[in-house]
Amino acid sequence: MGWTSKILRVNLTEGTAKSEPLNMDWAAKYLGQRGLASRYLVEEIDPRCDPLGPGNKLIFATGPLTGTAASTGGRYSVITKGALTNAIACSNSGGYWGAELKFAGWDMIILEGRSPKPVYLAVIDDKAELHDASGIWGTSVWQTDEWIKKRHQDPMMHVSAIGVAGENQVLYSCIVNDLHRAAGRSGVGAVMGSKNLKAIAVRGTGGVRVRDFKAFMAAANAGKKVLRDNAVTGQGLPTHGTQVLMNVINEVGALPTRNSRDVQFEGAHDISAEAMATPRKTDGRKNLLTNQACFGCTIACGRISKIDESHYTVRNKPEYWHASGGLEYEAAWALGAATGVNDLEALTYTNFICNEQGLDPISFGATVGAAMELYELGLLSKETTGGLEMKFGSAEALTRAAELVGKAEGFGKELGLGSARLTAKHGKPELAMTVKGQEFPAYDPRGIQGMGLTYATSNRGACHLRSYTVSSEILGIPHKTDPLVTDGKAGLVKAFQDATAAVDSTGLCVFTTFAWTLNDIAPQVDAAVEGGWTPEKMLEAGERIWNLERQFNMRAGFTAADDRLPDRLVKEAARTGPAKGLVNGLDKMLPEYYELRGWTKDGVPTNETVARLAL
Amino acid sequence: MLKALVIDPGKCTGCKQCEMACSYENEGVFNPAKSRIRVFDFHHEARFVPYTCTQCAEAWCQQACPVNAITTDAMGVKVVHENLCVGCKVCTIACPFGTINYNASTGKVIKCDLCQGNPACADACPTAAITYQDVEQTGYDKMKLWAARTGTGESAGPNAPAARH
Repeated sequence: MGWTSKILRVNLTEGTAKSEPLNMDWAAKYLGQRGLASRYLVEEIDPRCDPLGPGNKLIFATGPLTGTAASTGGRYSVITKGALTNAIACSNSGGYWGAELKFAGWDMIILEGRSPKPVYLAVIDDKAELHDASGIWGTSVWQTDEWIKKRHQDPMMHVSAIGVAGENQVLYSCIVNDLHRAAGRSGVGAVMGSKNLKAIAVRGTGGVRVRDFKAFMAAANAGKKVLRDNAVTGQGLPTHGTQVLMNVINEVGALPTRNSRDVQFEGAHDISAEAMATPRKTDGRKNLLTNQACFGCTIACGRISKIDESHYTVRNKPEYWHASGGLEYEAAWALGAATGVNDLEALTYTNFICNEQGLDPISFGATVGAAMELYELGLLSKETTGGLEMKFGSAEALTRAAELVGKAEGFGKELGLGSARLTAKHGKPELAMTVKGQEFPAYDPRGIQGMGLTYATSNRGACHLRSYTVSSEILGIPHKTDPLVTDGKAGLVKAFQDATAAVDSTGLCVFTTFAWTLNDIAPQVDAAVEGGWTPEKMLEAGERIWNLERQFNMRAGFTAADDRLPDRLVKEAARTGPAKGLVNGLDKMLPEYYELRGWTKDGVPTNETVARLAL
Repeated sequence: MLKALVIDPGKCTGCKQCEMACSYENEGVFNPAKSRIRVFDFHHEARFVPYTCTQCAEAWCQQACPVNAITTDAMGVKVVHENLCVGCKVCTIACPFGTINYNASTGKVIKCDLCQGNPACADACPTAAITYQDVEQTGYDKMKLWAARTGTGESAGPNAPAARH
């Protein structure tokens, strides 16, 4: 119950799809989604395999609360070895696709091998079939969505697909479902592309049952009330979306600007939530039309935007005059502050292109920022960029780059490498704002010290969602800590990492944790599935998952030497704002963190830790 | 007092909690495919619209039913009696709104019956896009909104966001 207890295993090499029972012993230890699928991945692939080779596997996994009436209970994750990072990847997405997979009667899909020709998978209740995708190979996510629904004469299908970026194995391509929700990071789209798999379309009519409906409804309704009464989840996020952060993070001096040369962006207000909700001078209309919820979500932070029809990016392209997914904070930062571009419409257009072609806007924007620095240093020229003037602040450079990168044409092909490979190629690897090959997101660790340790130790490469200490250091949730000091941050990061790993394994959205603790979540999980889930047991599962991911990465060849930040963050002090004069104090936090984790000074889980967590 | 569901699409976020509540109330399972209310996503227009039976006073479905399986209860609700329904689907053709549908797993038709006076969808809606109100006063909020504008010189044209607040 809560579980359908069935896994769909698809062998793309052989063209077969088979049902098998869910491993309930593992579910009892690893919960679901991120944790459970990671356990399958660790069991089934060689950690040293080529992420883009047939030996890698791609897992789409739901959690025990996916497809239930729990608020935000619609999430799924894609787990694989990341194309961008060579580390374990787990990218989480909302929309409606995850719940639909559960309604069709499946907890998880494991895809293995490589199809000899482009295919898509259609899962209609218990029937799963691979179909020829030659008619949609080379088309966008949006065209694929429309084509599949027409083909199956079913507008109620939900489609998760790659765009041309994934087909071309752009290293930070993503997987997009429901047109604009994405499993965004670490290049999971490239892995899907390498398998010649264009899309997975699902339609389910069976529904989801839980272990104890009465207890479940009581716990779910209590949780909804907490979200409604909380200022962040009840007011801030529905009104402004995650973009509520743009001006806040800029003011605290933690907005990485122009490839992290600066920590404050003079154009921040122009690309903020407030700007999205202000009528434009050109046409008197707002960029933001409305907010949207993902499946089951009572917060509804999603942005739906419309680009100014007279803007240079779309003036002659009426196909972009409709509403679609607008800017979230991380995207607005990467496409804007990281590149120095303050043109809101250009950012929105680039965001549309990222959704349409299947690109992670964080890694894309940060890579453009790195390329702009290379250009300004004279290491890239107009000849190498195909005529593009890659200057900081150039909206045209940004939007042209977005059009080129998915197609992997000309200079777009270089940009598709990501900033670590691009800067290394041009002899300046220190200009890559990455950890484990992945671009870090919208919080400068000089202004928010805990985020330095967060990025350095994140198992999927630099990421804010693995331990969002911004909550504590800036917003004061669950308690306020000083963002400018390193004291106590090792423990804070560990606590956030473990709790988040548990939440990512439930089918819920991590944004609920602005209001919820595991005390709100555990009763919902416990009423949904067997296992006697308490907050303590969930936290322990979270720690187990964290260590499991760490072990995978160690076997894949990572060491403590990879738990490092770019020199810029630990050697070049912030030039303005509250953090002026500060660098990140990673060296002060890391040894304490290893110790708290029960790892050796080389960052390896000790035998005692492995035994304690029953790994 | 007769009551009716009042739907304000301007407030809908597309979360589908109404579909989950409906299917749980009526089928004992979380299953939007069996929900009597459905949320439509007009993505390119940035609009989400919940839609269900309006309980017509003179109901096409009721009049078309050849075995009198649809009756009107004291609250004005058109109720399908499963023991009488033969699954002929004539009502699904007669209904101009598409809000009565065949359920292949039971061989009967299903439609909204306002949950015996306590509609689960309205309870579950987090934004009050679906409310349950006096059937004779369903226009009250909209009237008030327009009344508030009267004499203020504010536009009353098609672009004035009457339903959006």
